[in-house]
Amino acid sequence: MDNMINVYLFGKKYQVPAGLTIMTAMEYAGYELVRGCGCRNGFCGACATIYRIKGESQLHGCLACQTEVQENMYVATLPFFPLEKKIYNIEDIKPDQQVMMQLYPEIYACVGCNACTKACTQELNVMQYIAYAQRGEYDKCAEESFDCVMCGVCSSRCPAGISHPQVAMLARRLNGKYIAPECGHLNDRVNEVNEGIFDEKIKELMTKSVDDIEEIKAMYNSREIEK
Amino acid sequence: MYKVEKLNELAKVVAAKRADNAALEPRRMTADEKDTLLASFHPDYKQDEFTVLTAGVNKGDKVPTQLAALLQGKSRISASDVDLSKPDYVTDVLIIGGGGAGASAAIEADEAGAKAMIVTKLRIGDANTMMAEGGIQAADKPNDSPAIHYLDAFGGGHFAAKPELVKKLVTKAPEAIQWLNKLGVEFDKEADGTMVTTHGGGTSRKRMHAAKDYSGAEIMRTLRDEVLNRGIPVVDFTAAVEIILDKNGKAAGAVLMNMETKELLVAKAKTVIIATGGAGRLHYQGFPTSNHYGATADGLILGYRVGAKLLYADTLQYHPTGTGYPEQIFGALVTEKVRSLGAKLVNIDGDVFMHPLETRDVTAASIIRECTERGKGVETDLGKAVWLDTPMIEYKNGEGTIEKRIPAMMRMFGKYGIDIRKEPILVYPTLHYQNGGLDISDDCATGVENLYAAGEVAGGIHGRNRLMGNSLLDVIVFGRNAGIYAAAKAKETAEPEGLTLEHIERFNKELAAAGISSETASPMLLPHYARKSK
Repeated sequence: MDNMINVYLFGKKYQVPAGLTIMTAMEYAGYELVRGCGCRNGFCGACATIYRIKGESQLHGCLACQTEVQENMYVATLPFFPLEKKIYNIEDIKPDQQVMMQLYPEIYACVGCNACTKACTQELNVMQYIAYAQRGEYDKCAEESFDCVMCGVCSSRCPAGISHPQVAMLARRLNGKYIAPECGHLNDRVNEVNEGIFDEKIKELMTKSVDDIEEIKAMYNSREIEK
Repeated sequence: MYKVEKLNELAKVVAAKRADNAALEPRRMTADEKDTLLASFHPDYKQDEFTVLTAGVNKGDKVPTQLAALLQGKSRISASDVDLSKPDYVTDVLIIGGGGAGASAAIEADEAGAKAMIVTKLRIGDANTMMAEGGIQAADKPNDSPAIHYLDAFGGGHFAAKPELVKKLVTKAPEAIQWLNKLGVEFDKEADGTMVTTHGGGTSRKRMHAAKDYSGAEIMRTLRDEVLNRGIPVVDFTAAVEIILDKNGKAAGAVLMNMETKELLVAKAKTVIIATGGAGRLHYQGFPTSNHYGATADGLILGYRVGAKLLYADTLQYHPTGTGYPEQIFGALVTEKVRSLGAKLVNIDGDVFMHPLETRDVTAASIIRECTERGKGVETDLGKAVWLDTPMIEYKNGEGTIEKRIPAMMRMFGKYGIDIRKEPILVYPTLHYQNGGLDISDDCATGVENLYAAGEVAGGIHGRNRLMGNSLLDVIVFGRNAGIYAAAKAKETAEPEGLTLEHIERFNKELAAAGISSETASPMLLPHYARKSK
């Protein structure tokens, strides 16, 4: 067998080939995953995991599908973490400082320990985006938190009980809807479609799609392509 | 740096020709060249990988062998396992699947005043929508129009799509973007609000809207948040294993299974929407996949058993640029946006062998040809691959472009020591998308009354090949569409009566008559990746 290493899954020792991810190491060990496994590509946050290397003090947060196993790694998956998501109507709220105070007042209890940032599986500056949220700077909070996969490892480490991913989610929706500049050409085009100005052209194409496939092939093969 | 020194040496060959390659504008293939290439090298043309169905409404049609085994597999239950007269859930619109289409359908059904409910075998958002990186198409720029979008989509799909579905896709596209934006989805914009748009393979206008390379994730997490805000019930870790019909043969709910306790539950509904997504985890022809863990074609099975017809189930999309190396991310998606931003495909000699923005089927076939017949692939211990010259993006567009526009790609390779800003990456086709699916009309209705389908599980929208950015668009446009029509139908439908699972026995008899006796539990629900002990 090629280079085998020791990992401890929930404290139990297994020998697995080096080079596997934590997720594939669990499957190598015989686990049929139901929880703690989603997209397997680092986008969904289902496989939040904490680990510590034997003999070291630092606790790490990671995504099991994106992290290679290491010798003497103690692994515990975190397939669910109780984040607090507040209910609101996006049409009724405004992007002012009040909304965060009302929905997520605990962010003002942040003690600045930075444990959230250290634990982030996406290497985001979590404490910084919470600071932006405290100040009502939702555009900055949205940008700083953009790559968040909402795995919840940050919140598991927070002494103030903040649900960071939900705070960031609210900030991004506020930014996307109210703060980012409105798109004129999009609104114009929606109106044009509703006025029916493309109907005739589309109908012509639909008819050709059925009755005159050679002509539509010729149109497709000779269409002008924007540089 | 690559851990294998030989790859670092080969990467230098690519670097040496970068300036010349960047200046090159490779010609596009002619229609005839494309046809010949596809017939010779595209996996859809490998006849021995398909099986002809001998039971069900598509009897006589060929589908991938692994799919045939499930379509003609064994139900996980018998009618006597559940008491249909005591439903655990009663709702107007039952939505099976918690991805982009399911969530969009739920929001629209709720908006229309219907009682909607989502069941999903993993969590809401564990879906291919979450993983879509590159973007979403919509013809909303002045030099573009829905008609031009129609021609791109219809031609890109080899003139096989259903015209009324393409019409809906392209004419509802701008509204879909506007709807998402109003829900708070962030799109890449200029300071004046103009959308930042790029090309995708096979587009004739730059109409790819994006949210960096987290486009699907940004859309999905926002839809999920909205579903939760509206208080729409989401029953997670609960799979549908059979559709329930009423005494008149209309869809009236589903039998559900708790994924952890295996408890069976009954959901009764006036209308049912199947929004279960794709099939990448069936690993057709042994390909790796870019799909999420639950992409096991469940919806095709559920629909097929009650008589819903499949369309183009024999056409799959192999995304040309799956990760070819390293092992940990083998088969993971390298977004087409990498090529939209200017990276070219290069062979072992450092030579550009095609235009980087041909349609996906053509590009995949071309890469396979480069690695087989032409012998110009780069060999690793995982197989052959070609280079995608990512540093060319910054060579053309300036430093910082990669971090700003494709941060997820930079992170994914960075974890394995590969800096895509400085080193090219290795790619090979990966199983990405189910072009066909349940046959629907433009109200998302299947042939079975009160049974609807939307998203990747539906077929006919993209013909025999889908363009980049038309899938995110599809899940939003047709997800919403299904929600609207299923809610309207539910309003005029009385409480279903005479619920039955007779179809299971009926289908079993048909299988027996066709000489098929299968022990394959179907739907599959999850792939089997656990290593069996010796």
